[in-house]
Amino acid sequence: MPILTVTDLTVELNHQIILDHLNFSLEPGQTLAVIGPNGAGKTVLFKALLGLIPYSGQVTWGQDIKIGYVPQRFSVETDLPLTVAEFFSFKSATPDQITHSLNHVGFASPADILRLRLGTLSGGQLQRVLIAWSLAGIPNVLLFDEPTTGVDISAEESIYNLLHRLQTDHHLTMLLISHDLQVVYRYADHVLCLNKEGLCFGPPKTALTPKTLSELFGESASIYHHQHQV
Amino acid sequence: MTASLLFLLLTGAAVGAAAGYLGSFMILKRMSLVGDALSHVALPGMAIAIMWHTSPIIGALAALTLAVIGIWHLQNHSSVYPDALVGIFFTASLSIGILITPQPDLLEALFGDLATISVPESLLAVFFSLVLIAVTYIISRRLLLTTISEDLATTSGIPVSKINLIYYLLVGAVVALGVKFVGTLLTGALVIIPAAAAKNLSRSLTAYSLLSIFFGLASAVIGVLIARSTGVAPGPIVVLTSVTFFLVTLVLKSLSR
Repeated sequence: MPILTVTDLTVELNHQIILDHLNFSLEPGQTLAVIGPNGAGKTVLFKALLGLIPYSGQVTWGQDIKIGYVPQRFSVETDLPLTVAEFFSFKSATPDQITHSLNHVGFASPADILRLRLGTLSGGQLQRVLIAWSLAGIPNVLLFDEPTTGVDISAEESIYNLLHRLQTDHHLTMLLISHDLQVVYRYADHVLCLNKEGLCFGPPKTALTPKTLSELFGESASIYHHQHQV
Repeated sequence: MTASLLFLLLTGAAVGAAAGYLGSFMILKRMSLVGDALSHVALPGMAIAIMWHTSPIIGALAALTLAVIGIWHLQNHSSVYPDALVGIFFTASLSIGILITPQPDLLEALFGDLATISVPESLLAVFFSLVLIAVTYIISRRLLLTTISEDLATTSGIPVSKINLIYYLLVGAVVALGVKFVGTLLTGALVIIPAAAAKNLSRSLTAYSLLSIFFGLASAVIGVLIARSTGVAPGPIVVLTSVTFFLVTLVLKSLSR
């Protein structure tokens, strides 16, 4: 039984059709990568799946799912009076779970980061804290919008390792938006190419033909594809 | 029977504390100006209540409740928050209020009057202030997450729109309570300035909440004491006391850098 079934999903914002009759489904434990050019509606798709924006069509989640969501752009005022520990107190997670999830995203000593103010973290730190925050609630479905935006190389490595561990140890169902085709080939069971309507859907190796890639990204597609082969 | 000084101080402390605490979220929501001008809406409500021979505070509460529901509705149904519209509406309310308030009551409505507060009124104000603080505390975490990111709040199962509505109604109620003390012109300042002062010094939410409550409480108590001993209207004194707190914290903040 699929954990997520999307039927005829259409999203219209400001009289513009962003997503047009999209259909796909996902089995528990699978990882779906969503790719497409800027403005293709990747984030809009996530928001529709989460029920954050109005849509027509059907989005059906399996029973007893708990969703974790890491948005693409998350920023807080630098002088926001809120510590990282207080930010985690919004979640019903035990101190152990919080420490564990901070370890997961590459913070060696979570106690130090918990003391800091959320607004003083660097972009990469904030991104990792946010990932840890969404994991602290022990979700069984994770939606990542560009998980490595603003994260430096070593942290990027640990986030990819984390994705891998979440797949193998926790059997999490994941949906990720990524610009990085390497990530798609390495971690995704399925790929959804998005350019208003779904241009392709299936396992990356069969779905991502040079033809779909150039349809999707235009001229630059050859570069993307080339990277993969290296 | 009018309330003794002790009662007045107790009431001022309770209302000031509640206003400071509720205001702390108004600042984080970047709605300082709305919070500040919101109290203007109370005046036409008070005028109508006076004409109907009922308690002005009931009229103020009714007008403020309508106004905050209006703000909430605009926020839910408009992609751009119509700041100018809210400002125009509030000032229009004030103007209409000034025209229709009976002349003898106008000064009291605009600037507050301690001499007319009775003991039962005083006790009721203390009771309601404590209720407001308690309800705000109960929703505080959900309210703050809603403020930081509506998307994260929604995916965490928080009913964002409902939490916002509860919060705005609490703000309306605290402004109605403050009107008797500080007057319709300046009650909004009692919501905004103590919290702004607290934000200068706070690194954590706990410190921010406690300091907002403290500055609100202290501004009201000191203001009432000075107003009582000098015989001037309490409103301007309370507000100027909180402004003093703000300036001191601003200096402390710049020194700590």
